[in-house]
Amino acid sequence: MEIFKATNVVKDYAGHRALDEVSLTVKEQSIFGLLGPNGAGKTTLIRIINQITAADQGEIELFGRKLKASDIQHIGYLPEERGLYKKMKVGEQALYLAQLKGLSKHDALKGLKYWFEKFEIQPWWNKKVEELSKGMQQKIQFVITVVHKPKLLIFDEPFSGFDPINAKLLKNEILNLKEQGATIIFSTHNMASVEEVCDHIALINRSKKILDGQIDAIKEQYKQDIYEVETSTDHDVTAEFSRNGFQLIDYQLKGQTQRVKFQLEHETPTNILLQNLMDKMEIRSFREVIPSMNEVFIQVVEQANPKKQAHA
Amino acid sequence: MHKSFLILKREYLTRVRKKSFIILTLLVPFLFAGFTILPAWLAMQDDEEERTIGVYDASNQFSLRWEDTEFTNFEFIPEAEFESIQNDMKSSKYYAVLHIPEDILNTNRARLLSDKQVTFDIKNMIGGKLENLIESDKKAVIIDESGIPDLEEKLEAARTRIQLETIKVDDKGGAVKSSTEIAMAVGYAAGFIIYMFVFIYGAMVMRGVMEEKTSRIVEVIISSVKPTQLMFGKIVGIGLVGLTQIVFWLILIFLIVTGMQVFLTPDQAELMQQSQNMMAANPQLQGAAQENAVLNIIDMVGNLNIPLILGSFLFYFLGGFLMYSSLMGAVGAAVDHEEEAQQLMLPITIPLIFSIIILFPVVKNPEGALAFWASMVPLTSPVIMMVRVPYGVPLWELLLSMGILVASIYGTIWVAGKIYRTGILMYGKKVNFKEIVKWLFYHN
Repeated sequence: MEIFKATNVVKDYAGHRALDEVSLTVKEQSIFGLLGPNGAGKTTLIRIINQITAADQGEIELFGRKLKASDIQHIGYLPEERGLYKKMKVGEQALYLAQLKGLSKHDALKGLKYWFEKFEIQPWWNKKVEELSKGMQQKIQFVITVVHKPKLLIFDEPFSGFDPINAKLLKNEILNLKEQGATIIFSTHNMASVEEVCDHIALINRSKKILDGQIDAIKEQYKQDIYEVETSTDHDVTAEFSRNGFQLIDYQLKGQTQRVKFQLEHETPTNILLQNLMDKMEIRSFREVIPSMNEVFIQVVEQANPKKQAHA
Repeated sequence: MHKSFLILKREYLTRVRKKSFIILTLLVPFLFAGFTILPAWLAMQDDEEERTIGVYDASNQFSLRWEDTEFTNFEFIPEAEFESIQNDMKSSKYYAVLHIPEDILNTNRARLLSDKQVTFDIKNMIGGKLENLIESDKKAVIIDESGIPDLEEKLEAARTRIQLETIKVDDKGGAVKSSTEIAMAVGYAAGFIIYMFVFIYGAMVMRGVMEEKTSRIVEVIISSVKPTQLMFGKIVGIGLVGLTQIVFWLILIFLIVTGMQVFLTPDQAELMQQSQNMMAANPQLQGAAQENAVLNIIDMVGNLNIPLILGSFLFYFLGGFLMYSSLMGAVGAAVDHEEEAQQLMLPITIPLIFSIIILFPVVKNPEGALAFWASMVPLTSPVIMMVRVPYGVPLWELLLSMGILVASIYGTIWVAGKIYRTGILMYGKKVNFKEIVKWLFYHN
């Protein structure tokens, strides 16, 4: 079931279109990666979902109906630029922010107790925020984002500022939340984490959506018929390729192994090549090279912005 | 509304619980008492130190007629002793030495020598003594020359003092005793308190907004509440902090003043006694006015329209605060750093400072054109109209001024809200007025 749906959303700022006819759907209980270079319009879209700002045109649907003011309490939002009141005590502050999300004081205390125990951070309750390290503050921020058990969670660059151990802890919590039924929109530049956690992605570039789909499907779409084969060193393998209509891309000789990357040119079945090689040498491995999300991202954005180099 | 209340509560409690707030709230009334009542009280206390003052009278005119006062003794000393004391002031037994030169009648000059700074009272007392003696000598000469024996008494009788009582006649012909001085004092104080309050607490709103913006917590908050709710809760919360402070101050000052009065009562009774004796001894001295001074003040304060003054004070107090604090809040939202804020604050503070500059001319002439227009223009009316109210202002003027203020507050909050909503999420942009005007036409 679709939990979120944007249809032809347009948002204009003075002399600048931040979102141009963007349409998206997010399935319930999935992790949706919202990708794109800086300034592409991701934050604007997130702010529209959070009702910090409103779309000029287009429809936004949440939970199967039009977005309305009270939806705010079913959304948890961790902004990229985040902070807390420095002079305020951690517990008091968490309680305040949880109540602003619509929790009663009792429920807020209960929820906070659960998370503080889970992260083993109860001793921080009466400390002022300014006494905590940045990583500690990020943890508090995460707790505040999820304490009201939102059905939709929006994380903007959630891992920035975390050390690898805490980043892993956080990743596991995000996956846990998904298991428990939450839907997550995940905006990041970190393509490795996208591949690890996302089910589905959309790529926004210069206010427009230029790519949308399942991660596997997208990779499939952007693969370029490149294969890699490893053989024994009985014969020189490079001689076999051009003869059979394959483009040689890369050749390495490592000890007793030759590694070759090549591209199909005329959709010749690779089996012909393999049979050819098998006669002369031993084949150690053979696989199709699937592009990483990072490569897809760079490729797509550079295609879209031919002159200017995109900063991923 | 519930969320606005949560915000208001936080804004209020975090500030009211601050040590600096508690200290200031408790300390200021005592400082006020210290700076106003204490010196007055101390001045009333007599200087009871016994002092001996040496007098070297080179003119040889005064020694026979010079009298000691209650605590100060005078000893006439010869020239030789004066010379030696002059060389070693410190070890002499005299607090000071008065040197009356030979030609004092021509020069009108004398010297008072001491190793320390002579007190104001002593200096006055000695100067007065000399003046009286010399004057009476001169008068005696004039009386002799004119040949009128009781000239002095006649001149004394001719001296006149007028007590001008100001009476305000209202529409129905009723006369109310009024006091220009008291209306002036009340108006000035009320206007000044509003000015201070608007300035201090308006800046507090600005800093509060900036704190949220620079600490980046604002995006978390406005994903839970509307920016207008946040701004509303902040302004009202801080306004209540200010109101709390004012109310505490008034209560504490009232308590301190009453306490002082109880403490001072014996002295006052003595004073009354003295003035009555004086009246009995000197009936033509018209001491009645003096005796009634305190009662008169109470009477005339009572004649001020207290409910109207209090009511308009509250109105202009809150009105001025709402208008200025929403503007200052907008400035806080528009900038990233304190330095940038200064530049944008200037046009907002100018009308406020202007109203304090024209405060005095308005107090002197509360019916003038300057007073009228300044009490209509909403940026100056909270201070200026409040200065005029104790004098009595035509009802239509008061209502018009209030109406304009209310309408302007609506307008200001709308404008400030627009700037606030856009600015609060805008980082790293150098903001100027042109930019801000552009924001007014954004549709968020």
